[in-house]
Amino acid sequence: MTEVLRAERVTRVLPGAIPVTLVRDVSLSIGRGEFVSIQGPSGSGKSSLLYLLGLLDSPSAGKVWLDGVDTSAFGEDELAEVRLEKLGFVFQFHFLLPEFTVLENVMLPMARLGRLSPEERSERAETLIADLGLGDQLRKRPDQLSGGQRQRVAIARAMANEPLVILADEPTGNLDTAASANVQQILSRVAHDLNRTVVAVTHDSDFARAGDRIIRIVDGRIESDG
Amino acid sequence: MPLGLRIALVHLTSRRRQSLMSLLGIALGVAFFMAVSSLMRGSERDFIERLVDSAPHITVSDEFRTLPPQPVTLAYSGGAVALHGLKPKTETRGIRGYRQKLAFIADMPGVRVAPVLSGQAILTFAGKEQGVTINGVVPELMAGVSDIDEKFVAGSLDALSADPNGIVIGRALARKLYLDMGDSLNISSPTGLVRTVKIVGLFETGTSAVDENQAYVLLKRAQALLGRTNRANRLVIQLDDPYAARELATAIESQVGYRAQSWQEASENLMSVLLIRNIIMYSVVSAILVVAAFGIFNVISTVVMEKRRDIAILKSIGFHAKDVRRIFLAEGAIIGGAGSLLGIALGYGLIAALGVVKIHPPGVSQAVNMPVYWGIDQILMGVAFAMISAAGAAYLPARKAGRVHPVDILRGGMT
Repeated sequence: MTEVLRAERVTRVLPGAIPVTLVRDVSLSIGRGEFVSIQGPSGSGKSSLLYLLGLLDSPSAGKVWLDGVDTSAFGEDELAEVRLEKLGFVFQFHFLLPEFTVLENVMLPMARLGRLSPEERSERAETLIADLGLGDQLRKRPDQLSGGQRQRVAIARAMANEPLVILADEPTGNLDTAASANVQQILSRVAHDLNRTVVAVTHDSDFARAGDRIIRIVDGRIESDG
Repeated sequence: MPLGLRIALVHLTSRRRQSLMSLLGIALGVAFFMAVSSLMRGSERDFIERLVDSAPHITVSDEFRTLPPQPVTLAYSGGAVALHGLKPKTETRGIRGYRQKLAFIADMPGVRVAPVLSGQAILTFAGKEQGVTINGVVPELMAGVSDIDEKFVAGSLDALSADPNGIVIGRALARKLYLDMGDSLNISSPTGLVRTVKIVGLFETGTSAVDENQAYVLLKRAQALLGRTNRANRLVIQLDDPYAARELATAIESQVGYRAQSWQEASENLMSVLLIRNIIMYSVVSAILVVAAFGIFNVISTVVMEKRRDIAILKSIGFHAKDVRRIFLAEGAIIGGAGSLLGIALGYGLIAALGVVKIHPPGVSQAVNMPVYWGIDQILMGVAFAMISAAGAAYLPARKAGRVHPVDILRGGMT
């Protein structure tokens, strides 16, 4: 399996009067098309590790490699560009722009990347949304959708620029059982059918078991990986 | 529509009332800037126009910038003896050899010149006396250097040539003394001469000081009355190009010897007053725009605070800090631009309304319209100032937005 994401002795310390170590000396490698779940107790550093792997945060020590490229020397703009082209994010509280429609929210990353014409963007966004079963909700705004529907829109937005990796932070943390199962199935399909890497932080053991691999984090360290 | 602009518009419409108030602030600022600037420029131009049109462009007077040395000083220059209590050489006042000097100046291209002998006299009629300045003129030459001909309500300056005993006075003075066209009155000079003169013209300039205190007679008549035969005490010069007055005055002074004063030099004090007035007024009007800019700062700062989560989303998606900054700068530009457009319309209305207001300035006998100036430059200045204020007001919150660290927001939103 081709390696897509690699962390090499990554540590993240929050500076302050009393420095707090969020992630401690973590090394891991994730391959293309893998569905990886990260589990651990609250405050164990799993979300912090996800932000480091997603290049939203920079490690205090160590390196993160994405698609064979060491990102440790990248500036803020380069990191933003890599996130735009190669990464997609799904958060617990969907984080859609409330004033924009479903279609516009999904088109947002494509518009920023600027590789497609407005017509192509619209066409692709409509296909993605329809694939997730929301073809009839295109013109609705996020507040007109249910929690599960919003999360599916967030997944469609994460898929917009055909990223190598989708990083999800507690994607089912705010959903009921049925909606959680639906989101888990979608992410599983994204990994296995579309050959995208999915890294998801979760408290949900059923969700975690659906993954190919579970990484357990305790006190910022990897306790188990397999 | 570009994405950043779309987001900026969405942000502003989400705080509709606040955005509208900021926009109105800018609009009023631009409108007042335009109106006040129009009035200032209008009054300044009006003033300069009056100055250039009514006053001589250059006046050669019977004075010297540097007093010529007395004969005794020349005779004993550098001597060991100091002489005190000397009486200067007595001369008839006025420009000596004014005819030659007049001819020399008249030969210059683009120059019109006329001699004037002015002095004090008293008009007497029906037991009433009124002190006036009499101006001895050559009517045909005076027409070339003064617009007094256009101010006549009866008779003309030329009528003086037909009647050597004629006098021209202001209508206000005539009313004061119960006089009218064709009436005769006595004129007494400081030399004690008394002559009877006939009114052959009445003028009305609208300026009380002129209409009540100035009178015109033939130059020869004035020379006789004031006892200054073959003298004029002023050479009044008008130029085709009034703005060449300063240089030409220097050239004339160096040739004729007497003091030649350009209209710019004569009005230097007034010009500096105008400059100070402009600085004060522009500062006050600009302050309105600065205050309006605080409104923009307020609305954009609020939006930045409210939309921190959206900013974090945009940055996590891959928006650069500069993309985020541009969104909020665009918000400032939208308010500044829309406010300016509305302000231009309001400003035009305000200027038009001010232009029809009649005022009665002190010292002017007729009501006049407020002098307004319609110029593109004042609009550009107003808009430029508004846009700079708006950009300045948007910059700080935009910079703050660009510095939002997505992880701080995302972590806070998920715990």
